[in-house]
Amino acid sequence: MKNYCNAERLSELEEGTKARIVGIRGGPPTYRQRLLDLGLTPGTVVKVNREAPLGDPIELELKGYFLALRRKDAWHILVEPLPNNPE
Amino acid sequence: MAYPRRASSQQPRVIIVGNPNCGKSSIFNEITGGLQEVSNYPGVTVEKKIGFFHYEGEDIRVEDLPGLYSLTPYTDEEIITREEILKSDVGLIIDVVDSLNLERNLYLTIQIMELGKPFIIALNMSDIAQKRGVIIDHEKLSRILNVPVVKTVGNRGEGIEELKSHIYSYIRKQSIWVPKHVTYGHEVDTVVEQLSEFLVNRLPDNEKEKACWYTIKLLEKDYRLLEEVKNKISDSQELERNLENAIKELEQHENEDSAVIIAQRRYGFASGAIRECVSYTGEAKQNITDQIDNIICNRIAGPVILLGVISSLFYVVFKTTQEWKWIPFPNEWVSPVELFEKFFENFALLFSFLAKDYPAIYSLLSDGIIGGVGAVLSFIPLIFVLFLLISALEDTGYVARIAFILDRLMRIFGLQGRSILALIISGGIGAGGCAVPGILATRTLQERKDKIITMLVIPFMSCGAKLPVYALLIGAFFQNHRTMVMLTLWALSWLIALISAFILSRFVIRGEPTPFVLELPPYHVPVFKSVLRHAWGRTWMYIRKAGTLILAVNIIMWALIYIPIPHQGTTQNNEQPGIESSIAGILGRAIEPVTKHIGFDWKVNIALIGGMAAKEVIVGTLGTVYHMETSENNVNEQDSLSANLAQHKEWYPLRAFTLMIFVMLYAPCVATLVTIGRETGTIRIPIFSLFFSTTVAFVVSLIVFHIGHLLSLGT
Repeated sequence: MKNYCNAERLSELEEGTKARIVGIRGGPPTYRQRLLDLGLTPGTVVKVNREAPLGDPIELELKGYFLALRRKDAWHILVEPLPNNPE
Repeated sequence: MAYPRRASSQQPRVIIVGNPNCGKSSIFNEITGGLQEVSNYPGVTVEKKIGFFHYEGEDIRVEDLPGLYSLTPYTDEEIITREEILKSDVGLIIDVVDSLNLERNLYLTIQIMELGKPFIIALNMSDIAQKRGVIIDHEKLSRILNVPVVKTVGNRGEGIEELKSHIYSYIRKQSIWVPKHVTYGHEVDTVVEQLSEFLVNRLPDNEKEKACWYTIKLLEKDYRLLEEVKNKISDSQELERNLENAIKELEQHENEDSAVIIAQRRYGFASGAIRECVSYTGEAKQNITDQIDNIICNRIAGPVILLGVISSLFYVVFKTTQEWKWIPFPNEWVSPVELFEKFFENFALLFSFLAKDYPAIYSLLSDGIIGGVGAVLSFIPLIFVLFLLISALEDTGYVARIAFILDRLMRIFGLQGRSILALIISGGIGAGGCAVPGILATRTLQERKDKIITMLVIPFMSCGAKLPVYALLIGAFFQNHRTMVMLTLWALSWLIALISAFILSRFVIRGEPTPFVLELPPYHVPVFKSVLRHAWGRTWMYIRKAGTLILAVNIIMWALIYIPIPHQGTTQNNEQPGIESSIAGILGRAIEPVTKHIGFDWKVNIALIGGMAAKEVIVGTLGTVYHMETSENNVNEQDSLSANLAQHKEWYPLRAFTLMIFVMLYAPCVATLVTIGRETGTIRIPIFSLFFSTTVAFVVSLIVFHIGHLLSLGT
């Protein structure tokens, strides 16, 4: 529906990166709905906080809370990385 | 538990809903003050907690539902919860909102507004929010949503009286308020209006008020709901056509998926409300949770801390309840578990006056009832302390991190992070847990496949009921290698659970892999009162099991072993026909041709048959069998069963070890099977579980027994 040619996959971001969600592509519909319900709507800014000790899942910070997703599921989320502003 | 008074059945239902981790249960506990009962919805297993409170001379009934993120369900638990919320006899909804996580919590609130039912917001944990510099103007929020908003601090009881008075005045109809109609912008509103008008004219009378809510859900492409609505109206084909057109219109106009549009509008509404009602003072962002997680989820420190936490948990439990003798008893110091054991021993002695004249009754009382049930009940201190610590750990938020850390590892074996929690509760660390609460803990797994596999391997863990068997046999044959044997058993139980899970997930249990979503809640200091309540609730379940199921099985086993033997009061007579000819003996003999391959004779078989009902029965039954046998051979009756076994020629270490492995793995107890059946809603899974576990147990025992013989280990 929209053109996502500049988008990256959320699963491929480095730890500590912030990004704006562009859309969710693929994945089971119930899962997509769950992500939307949890606030992963297009336009929302998420930060990849850390990965689990074994590299997967990853922990996201969004809307003031923390959420863990597996990389293979986060792959469906398209994002636009934001420049990291020093805190 | 019994209640003094009942609220009238005419009372419209008052239900408490909210996100997971919002402090909902503390609000419920404060409102009802502990006057509550836990039951399950018929056929399914979502816990329904019902409580009452007394206000202005009336008893008002409140129900607590499991937490959910959205009215579009994802887990089984959420499906049932939504059905409950939608029932037409629900009058008032108490929506508990976490002040620290306002935006996502308001997302659920907005969906409740879509329902159009009166509701009250309990703005919980407002004190912590304030400390973090987040000031919420609750009066303004109340004006925006047009419903009462009460600031609460659940664990301190703040705001509870105000909540009660709102509930009361709703029940007495002293005040009825209608929440504001949510608007999602002109485009969406127009489409919603058109479609809901179509629905209003077709839905049955008691459903009409939900037309608007249904419409929004249908635009979100909730297909489960579409089927439900289609069954409620006659021209369902026209509905589908209209819906298709409405979605197309919306998507073309917005250039976005309709489900995305609706979710975005709701979040838009929520952030709009937050902009108006929330102000921040000073440094609003100081998130301690993130700092703690830097250590706890660290690549190296994380796993080390995890091991440390879990091993110290079990260390504390076993030391304080079983090993340290710190309770004064006449002439000696005893551990809490010993104290309970002594109590039951002495209790049985009270009936010794019956021994001479009514040996059968005495035997039933002392062996069948007090002996059997007492053996189970003496573990109460251990169970209680274990649940106390696990509840506290759950309350802190650390348990979610365990799932986060171990998910990757568990996935190799077809399990997932959350399965770990269920396995821990079932006795995954060392020993001493219970499979029943473990199975209940699988409710939080989204995917049915994961859930079933977890349930099938849970019984391999060494639950508290298997401990006495280990203790007995280790005491008899492995006195110098206690730790080694326990460690081997523990490692074997995990090895077999993981291998089984791997095989089941590859070859047996089918199912679409569904994605894994796990919230990592902020860390909390556990609230003692709620931890205590939780731990006691779980312990009470254990006690109830001892008083009902285990009691019944013990009496049956007692009957099977005793009744055919004595010829009316001739127990003193030495020429007993022997237990062999009792029903239990005959059963034990019947399966001997199979069990002899793993070294078990009919005497062991009797105990194993009893243990199929509850593992607690095994030691007692073995004791009964050997006690009766040795009394013929003039062995000192005071000899413990352990010493007794060690003297027998037919017993040797390898046989004892094989028996421990078999007991660890074979048939889950009846309570576990019933729970699996209830949780899965089918009889097939528990039956499969029964055969699967027993087959695994037999095969593993066979291998161990024969390899042991080949290498002449412990023979």
